Order: sequence, then C-alpha cells, then structure tokens
Amino acid sequence: MATDKIHVKTTINGRPEEFLTDPYVSLLDALREIVGLTGSKEGCLDGNCGACTVNVNGRIVDSCLVLAAEVDGQKVETVEGMASADGLHPLQQAFLEEAALQCGICTPGFLVASKGLLDNEPNPSEGRIRHWLAGNLCRCTGYENIIKAVKKAAENS
Amino acid sequence: MTINFESKKKYNVIGTNPIRHDGYDKVTGRAIYGADVKLPGLIWGEVLRSPYAHARIKSIDTSKAEKMDGVFAVITSKDIPINKNRSGIDVNLKRDVDNILAYEKVLYKGHPVAAVSAADRNTAKEACKLIEVKYEILEPVKNVDEAIAKNAPILLEDIEADHLGKTVNNTNIAKHFRHELGDANNEFKNSDYILEKEFNLQMVHQGYIEPHNATAHWDENDHLSLWSSTQGMFAVRDLTAGFLDLPISKVTSNYVEIGGGFGGKTKVYLPPVAAILSKKSGHKPVKIIMDRISVFQGSGPAPGGKIIVKIGVTNEGKINSGAVDIKLEAGAYPGSAIPAAAVCCLACYNIPNIRVDAYDVLVNKPKSAAYRAPGSPQVSFAVESVIDEICEKMTWDKIDFRIANASKEGTRKPDGVLYHKIGFIETLEAAKNSDHWNSKIDKKDKNKIYGRGIACGYWHNGGNRSTVDLILQDDGNIALNEGSADIGGTRTSISMQVAETLGMPVESIHPSIPDTDKIGFTATTGGSRTTYATGYAGWEAANKLIEEMKKRVSILWEEPEEEIDFADGNFYSKKSDLKMNIEELATKINPTGGPVTSTASVNLSAAGNGFGIGICDLEIDPHTGKTDVIRYTAVQDVGKAIYPQYAEGQIRGGAVQGIGWALNEEYYIEKDGTMANTSFLDYRMPTALDMPNIDVIMVEVANPLHPFGVRGVGEVPIVPPLAAVGNAIKDATGSRIYSTPMKPRKILEVIDNG
Repeated sequence: MATDKIHVKTTINGRPEEFLTDPYVSLLDALREIVGLTGSKEGCLDGNCGACTVNVNGRIVDSCLVLAAEVDGQKVETVEGMASADGLHPLQQAFLEEAALQCGICTPGFLVASKGLLDNEPNPSEGRIRHWLAGNLCRCTGYENIIKAVKKAAENS
Repeated sequence: MTINFESKKKYNVIGTNPIRHDGYDKVTGRAIYGADVKLPGLIWGEVLRSPYAHARIKSIDTSKAEKMDGVFAVITSKDIPINKNRSGIDVNLKRDVDNILAYEKVLYKGHPVAAVSAADRNTAKEACKLIEVKYEILEPVKNVDEAIAKNAPILLEDIEADHLGKTVNNTNIAKHFRHELGDANNEFKNSDYILEKEFNLQMVHQGYIEPHNATAHWDENDHLSLWSSTQGMFAVRDLTAGFLDLPISKVTSNYVEIGGGFGGKTKVYLPPVAAILSKKSGHKPVKIIMDRISVFQGSGPAPGGKIIVKIGVTNEGKINSGAVDIKLEAGAYPGSAIPAAAVCCLACYNIPNIRVDAYDVLVNKPKSAAYRAPGSPQVSFAVESVIDEICEKMTWDKIDFRIANASKEGTRKPDGVLYHKIGFIETLEAAKNSDHWNSKIDKKDKNKIYGRGIACGYWHNGGNRSTVDLILQDDGNIALNEGSADIGGTRTSISMQVAETLGMPVESIHPSIPDTDKIGFTATTGGSRTTYATGYAGWEAANKLIEEMKKRVSILWEEPEEEIDFADGNFYSKKSDLKMNIEELATKINPTGGPVTSTASVNLSAAGNGFGIGICDLEIDPHTGKTDVIRYTAVQDVGKAIYPQYAEGQIRGGAVQGIGWALNEEYYIEKDGTMANTSFLDYRMPTALDMPNIDVIMVEVANPLHPFGVRGVGEVPIVPPLAAVGNAIKDATGSRIYSTPMKPRKILEVIDNG
C-alpha cells in the first residue's frame, strides 16, 4: 500500500478544508475518518442504502461511491451543515415533529437527500418525494412519516 | 407477584407527542453510533470468513499475514481464552463461541475463521487475504428436508439432541418437543370439515441499516471496555466476559446509539474478537465494522422452514381441533425461534384440542437470530392461510368466524398458560368497524387485478429485569438513568411515565443511558419489553422519589409524613393549607439531608399479550406478476399508547417489514449452499416508492399488569402481513401461494395454472 497521498482542497459545509488522502479512499471514509464528520453513515458501501448521502456541487451522491480525491475544488454539504446559528433546518424540525426517525441511522442521508429535492423543487408532490427518496432505505418507519415531514418542511420553508 | 391495576382514563403526559430527547442529536448527525467511536491510538480489525457452506478446517497458516507491514495481530479460535479448556465449556457457550470464530468446522458461508488487527481498515482487509486456510469441503445441508433426510451430512458431530425426552446422536434435529391440549388426534373425527396444508418459507434478514460493529480496549490491568451496536449492552458484557474467561466486573460495556436491530442485534459477534485483537496488539483499542455482505452471510437471519397445519371445524363454526408441525431452520447451531413459534401458532384461538410438534433443525446457513416476534410470522402465515381457506369453503364471514373462536381471558394457550385480560375480540371488532373493511377496493386500472386479505397475529411480549435511577436536581428537574438500548424513542416513553407519576412536564425529565457499571442490570431491548418493563421500573422509582420527598417536606413543615399528600406534582398538608411543588422543594432540600435520589429494579415475569390484525388490498399486474400493496390497515391492541406517534411508528414499520417478507425478501440459496443475493440491490427491501401509507388503528384494552396498561407494541405488527398478503393474492387470482416470498414468478404461475 505504498502509494503517494493526494492533497485535496475542498469546501465542506461552506468552510475551506484541506486533507491528504490515499487515492483509494472514499469520500465517506475521508469525511468520517480524516475530516472527523461522522454524521454521514456507512450502511452498505455499495451505493444501495443511501445512509452516506451527501451533496456535491448541488447533486446528491452516495459518498461511499465517490473517491475523496474527486471532491478537490468541489463544494460538499453534509448533514452537519444543515442547521445554522438560527436553529435547525426546517427539514430537521419537521423530522422531529413528525417522528420521521426511529433508530436514526438513515436520517442524515434522508435529510441531505430531501434538502437536495427541496432546494430545486420547493413544492414536490407526494409521488415525487417518494420517487426521489427511493434511493434511501429506512427499515424502521415504513417511510410514511418521512414523506409527511418532507411535505411539512416544504410548506414551512 | 401480580398486581392488578385499574386503568385510568385521563393523563397529562401519557398519550401526548413531545419531541424525543435524543432527537436533536439524531437530526444533526451528532449522535454517536458504534462506528463513530474514536479513541486515542485506535487501530482496525477485520474478520476472514469461510467461502464454503460446510467444510472441515484442515489447517490455518497465519504467518504471511503476521509479517505484513502495518499488521499487529492475527487470531483464530485457539486464541479465545475459554477454548483453552474445551472439555470444560458448557455446550451452549461452546456453540456460541464457535459461531464467533469457527473451531475445526465451518458451518455456513461467512462463518468467521480468523481475524486481523492493523493500522488501518484497508491493511486489515488485505492481510486477511494472506491467511492460508486449507478446507476439506463437505456436502451442505440447505433446508429442513435435506437436514432430516436419511444419510444427511451431520453438522454437529458431538450433538446430544433431545427428541421428546430421548437423547439422540447423529441428527440434525437439535430438538423435538410437543405441546398437547385435549386430544387433537382423536377429536378430528368430530370435525365436520378438516383442512390440512403445507407451507414453506425462506430465511429473511432483519435488514437493519447499520452494520454490526464493535470497538474494544483491553487494558494492561485486564479491564476490558466495549462499544458495540447492540440491543443489550449487558448481554454483550456477560457473553464477552464468558468467552474471554473474565469476571463481568472486569468488563464495561458502553452505551452507543444503535442503528436498528429488530432482534438481530441480540447476538454477540464482534466484541470478543475485537477484545482479543486489542490484547494481542499491545492493548491498543481495536474497531471492527462488519461489511454488508458479511451482515447477510454471517448474522441474523430469521428462520425459514416447513409448517404443516391441520384445522378441524364443526358446522356450527367452531374450531374443535388444531394440529401443527413446525420445522424451523436454526441455522448452523441450535436455537431457532421454535419455542415461541410453537406457542404463537394457535394462540389467537380458543381451541379445545391442540397438538403442536416443534423441531429445531440445523442447516448450513448462518445461526438464526430473533426477528420481531420471532417465529410468529412464519406460523401465522400458515395458520391464517388455512383459516382463510376454511372460511371461504364454509362461506363464513372472516371476521365473525374469528370473533366466535377468539382467545379471551381464561383461554388456554398451546403451552397451557391461561390468558389474563386480553383485547383480541375488541381488536377484531375494531377491524370489522374500520373504514377499510367497510369500503370497496379502489380498482383504478382495469388492466390489473385486485384482491383483499385479512389475517391476525399474536405475540406474548416480554417482562424481565430493568433498572431506573432518578436524581432530583437542585433546579427541580429530574435526571433519569436507565439501561435499555433506545432503538426508537424509549428514552422518552420511559421519561413520560416518570413525568406522569411525578406530575411534571416530560421536558423536566432528562434521560441518559450510562454504561454497565453505572446502572443496575437491564435486560436486552427485545420482546417489546422496554416501554413495559423499564417504564414499570421508572414508575416505581418515581413513587420511591415521592416517598423520599415527602420525608423532606415533613422535616420542612414539621408535620408527620402521614399527614402529607402528593398529587399532580404538589405536596399538600392534610391538616393545614401548606402546599409546595417539586421545583420549590428542590431549592430547599439540601438542609433536610442532602440530595434526593431513588432507584427501582424490577424483574417482571408476565407481560401483556398483544394481538393485531392486518387488512391488505393488492393490485396485481397479471402480465408481469408485479404486486403492489395499495392499502393496508393495521389494527392492534396496544394496552396503552404511552407515546402514540412512536407506538404508531412501530406498527407501521413492522407492517412494512412484514409486507417485504411476504412479497420480496428471501435468502436465495445456491446449489453449493451459499447465499446469492448478499446486497441491498438483490435482497430487495421495500423503498419509499413501494409502500402505501399504512393506516393504524390502536385499540387500548389496558394491561392489568402494568400501572399505565402498557402491553408492548413493537412485534405484533410484523405477524399479520404475510397471511394478509397471501389471502389477498388468493382473493385476486383465485389461487393460493403456499410459500414465501410470494414473488412475481410465483404469482404468474398461479395465474397461468389457475
């Protein structure tokens, strides 16, 4: 494993960030193990569960399928960047009020994915929300309260 | 001891929906789950697993892996302390320890064989590839038919199995037991109609999104600290201590958040492995995260199996006899959900003559684990399908027939236990009066076919040990410590019961879950026991706190304790007009004898049997077999919904898991005995796009064994969907599918063959 490390200069949640990474390291592992942001979760490492969803330059991606080196010069947003000094993001507030989480492991991914939808489509239909979130698995809630929370956040933002 | 509580009608806190205490950490990404634990000097571990379903280990050569740069230690089963004296190990402990690192034989693909610690996760994975294992490949046993066949390969060569009290060797049936009530065999001759059918089910996985993980630090003073994703930190402590031959007081199991369990995180896989690696790596902390393929191959499935149901009814619409043969796949080691399956199968009905034959069957698949009402969905699929068919044959109303035969207070379950007060009839009546049952199916597309099914389900729910500690803070708030893993809002459901008792808002209760050294033993979160039993301990601790506070008020008022009353958060003098609330008392309490604290521990033997019903409308595309649930109503007796949003959430989530089980989910086993579909792409769980909204109707027939009437809610809802879906398929296509999953191929077969 004697490879040279790559220097990555990126923006994470609006702040400039620099780190060194091995070329094979995923964005998920870089966020969790190098940058220290453990809000993005490992569920499957093959892009099927969405627990690691982050936003890169306005697109939601499974961070387990993106190499850390690829975000050089890009803008990355994670669940840790959603709340501000003014308080929770409307989606976070709605998830709490609608009991849209049980164990909470999929919640960061659902929040980032939902924000990716509402940033571009402020008033999505229920069908659109369900379609958009079909890449994120939740095994606890049966999805209904997540859908309700996204609708409520859309109404409140 | 059994105390009977009167059900109270009006509560201030119970039945409301506050924001859960741990919610803020969980929506901001701050909550610490097992994989998020960071310790100074942390290194990584990885597990090498068997590529074969059944093989004898001839040799393991770890030398190349040990020499790799960055590797600290390589271990095999011989490094497990209790294996140093194999002959002295209790047989159950021996099976458990052999499951965490195989000894002499591997019994399923994914069975751990060796483990490595290294500076980083990638190096640990690479080092595993350098371990050379020589196997003698054996023929795999893939299902119960193969397991019981003549000359079947035997999984456990040292087995001493109990078959109806007789010890049997050289068998894959790890246990055979029987429940009998009345005389089922003879009473069938008095039945006017008898139906007997066979059902086959595949294994399914709990499908928690968070993989298993463990971090262990074995220090130089032989104290072991553990962090792992588990439903029971005390079980992790006790089992790990057992494997490592350490006293439990030398092991501290720390609480971390858990990303789903559903019963699958009641087993211990990684903590002992990480612990041994830690010790052998110069006492460095070691973290292991199981990858998803290994989660499927090496952890948790719920048993598949074969179930034969025979039910006899009289022309008057009474079930007079029931006989059930259940063979469940235990996986590689004994201990499937067969004891519960044998009780749950006929628990919904008052049947005078019952025979249940139950078999725990070894197969070359991972050791099965609990999955939400373990054993009950499988047997209910069989029994509720037969009930449906009998009702159709006899042209009986499917709900009225069930009401006429429903279990009630005083009915004897198949294991002979009598029910106390239960709410099954009330639940059936609620289903009968529901909007869903009284509306027609919404047949929107004339190119599709539609059907409706109904089915019932039962789970006994659990009691067991729980501890709650309370501290009255100087500002009048309450610090609450409890030992139950919180998988979905139980910090709050326990705090609400304490708040109700103390007459305070739930926001004044601040719950924490400390490590195993700082709270009394609390059993694993499972069996729908937490809101019931830990909530009971919370109620008892709150009452003890009130008694202690009364003593302090008595000192302050210089009045005898007996003259002081407590109601709705206030102390009153019976003889004067003195009055004081808890907040005010808190500011004056120190001169009366220092802080006020209380602790309560319970060990509850009985819980509140729970019953549920699923009503399911399906839309089937007859050309592709694609099946969608378009409407589903779950009706359930919850006893009392402490935290209704989350009680409903349990019911919805359970129903959706049951629907996934019914339609899609299975361990697809290849000819060589290995699982073919080890990713979420191929093991397809329901997505947001697959599911309709689930209507929930909660019936509240208070459980007299709990101060607020709680029965437990989490498990019952997964029981009815399998048969509700199967019965709906029968309604739509005219044909029944007798196996799970009821996937498109099978649906097309029944449509084509009529």
